Amino acid sequence: MRRVVVTGMGIVCPLGVGVEHVWKRLINGESGITAIQSFDTTELAAKIAGQVPVGSAAEGGLDLPEWIPVKEIKKMDRFIHHGMVAAAQAMADSGYVPETEDEKCRAGVMIGSGIGGLQTIYETAVMVHEGRAKRVSPFFIPAALINLISGQVSIRYGLKGPNHSAVTACATGVHAIGDASRLIAYGDADVMVAGGAEAAVNPLGIAGFCASRALSTGFNDRPAEGSRPWDKDRDGFVMGEGSGVVVLEEYEHAKARGAKIYAEIGGYGMSGDAHHITAPAEHHDGAFRAMKAAFKNGGLSPEAVDYINAHGTSTPLGDDLELEAVENMFGDHAKKVAMSSTKSAVGHLLGAAGAVETIFSILAIRDNVAPPTLNLHAPSRESVVNRVPLTAQERKIDVALSNSFGFGGTNASIIFKRVA
Amino acid sequence: MSEIADKVKKIVVEHLGVDEAKVTPEASFIDDLGADSLDTVELVMAFEEAFGVEIPEDAAEKITTVKDAIDYIEKQKAE
Repeated sequence: MRRVVVTGMGIVCPLGVGVEHVWKRLINGESGITAIQSFDTTELAAKIAGQVPVGSAAEGGLDLPEWIPVKEIKKMDRFIHHGMVAAAQAMADSGYVPETEDEKCRAGVMIGSGIGGLQTIYETAVMVHEGRAKRVSPFFIPAALINLISGQVSIRYGLKGPNHSAVTACATGVHAIGDASRLIAYGDADVMVAGGAEAAVNPLGIAGFCASRALSTGFNDRPAEGSRPWDKDRDGFVMGEGSGVVVLEEYEHAKARGAKIYAEIGGYGMSGDAHHITAPAEHHDGAFRAMKAAFKNGGLSPEAVDYINAHGTSTPLGDDLELEAVENMFGDHAKKVAMSSTKSAVGHLLGAAGAVETIFSILAIRDNVAPPTLNLHAPSRESVVNRVPLTAQERKIDVALSNSFGFGGTNASIIFKRVA
Repeated sequence: MSEIADKVKKIVVEHLGVDEAKVTPEASFIDDLGADSLDTVELVMAFEEAFGVEIPEDAAEKITTVKDAIDYIEKQKAE
């Protein structure tokens, strides 16, 4: 099987736009969770979210015309905007520009989304409901379809290889990156632009997750404290938005062009719960099996892992079950590993979560630092696992594992390792 | 230039993101102004909305230049 490495990264998230800017804020223990201002939350129990800050790229904010031609902006839902901006950063960072027809055909895209163009669907449905079906935009469908993020990125950069999208709720980001790495490993492509994009911080998205009792509602007056994985006072996840995109590349291909190599894929595993539409199974058996499959795939043992970026959403049930699965998976090594949930700072980016957390895991390897779990003052469950409470920890990190689990009982784990 | 022509021009500039100077009466939406078939559908919808007229599909298909649009709308408005 061919080796796959990461040579470019891009982030749009509640801590801002740009990998270095976001990473610095994350390590400093800053939070991107704020009160929702962009729409009326009177009728909604959850009134906080992680929203992408508005502003110029120079100040780490999002100003769309800096990234996307004005004429194109209105043809895309906000989730595609996020994905395009993250992809632009990742492509520039990798420095890869396919020139020949063959190079173009060997480079593909697999960026997914959990939900896709929800706001666009909402606004268009209102028009139809009001008897204005004739006024529906010809761009409605291509603005809202999930795989159009992969389509738009391919058009922008002339990438004619595999064009695909993962859609596995909150596991989307890891599935997209993991599956894309397999396309390279199997020889279907030499380069894949992969990740997740989401924009569900809107009335329909918040109302829907409120109804499924998944969101935090007890910290509306203290937004930055709302996302508190493993803490005894946690009461649900805080919705985030944005995108993470990486450029994956076959190892020899990257070496031959002298590309900067961040890390190598060290294993990827998947599982299904076959249990419940939203709740994880007992002992988080699905998480355990996804991690086990990743180790088997990469030929690594759990003892190799230094850092885990947990799914850790801050929901009462899920956090402790994932912790239990990690303890079961790592055995004696559990006391030596550091595990944090960066959702404590950016919220839960749903289909983009696994992609953004992949980037955080890779940066943890690059800089030998574990980002913190904010707001973890008193864990509901004691454990030997160091959950990096409140402040970042400097430590040797050569191998990192990232978990993502989604509604429907879908689980994915991916491992990254330092390239010596 | 008539009021209608002025308004048509404005809509074209806004929707296709092109320089005002390029929007001459003879300019073809697709060949000269970079529109694709979906852009032209949206343009016709924008004309309908702005001028309060109905442009049926067979008529819309014949509107390929800025002048076509102005002529059609002027004729509708005169009736």
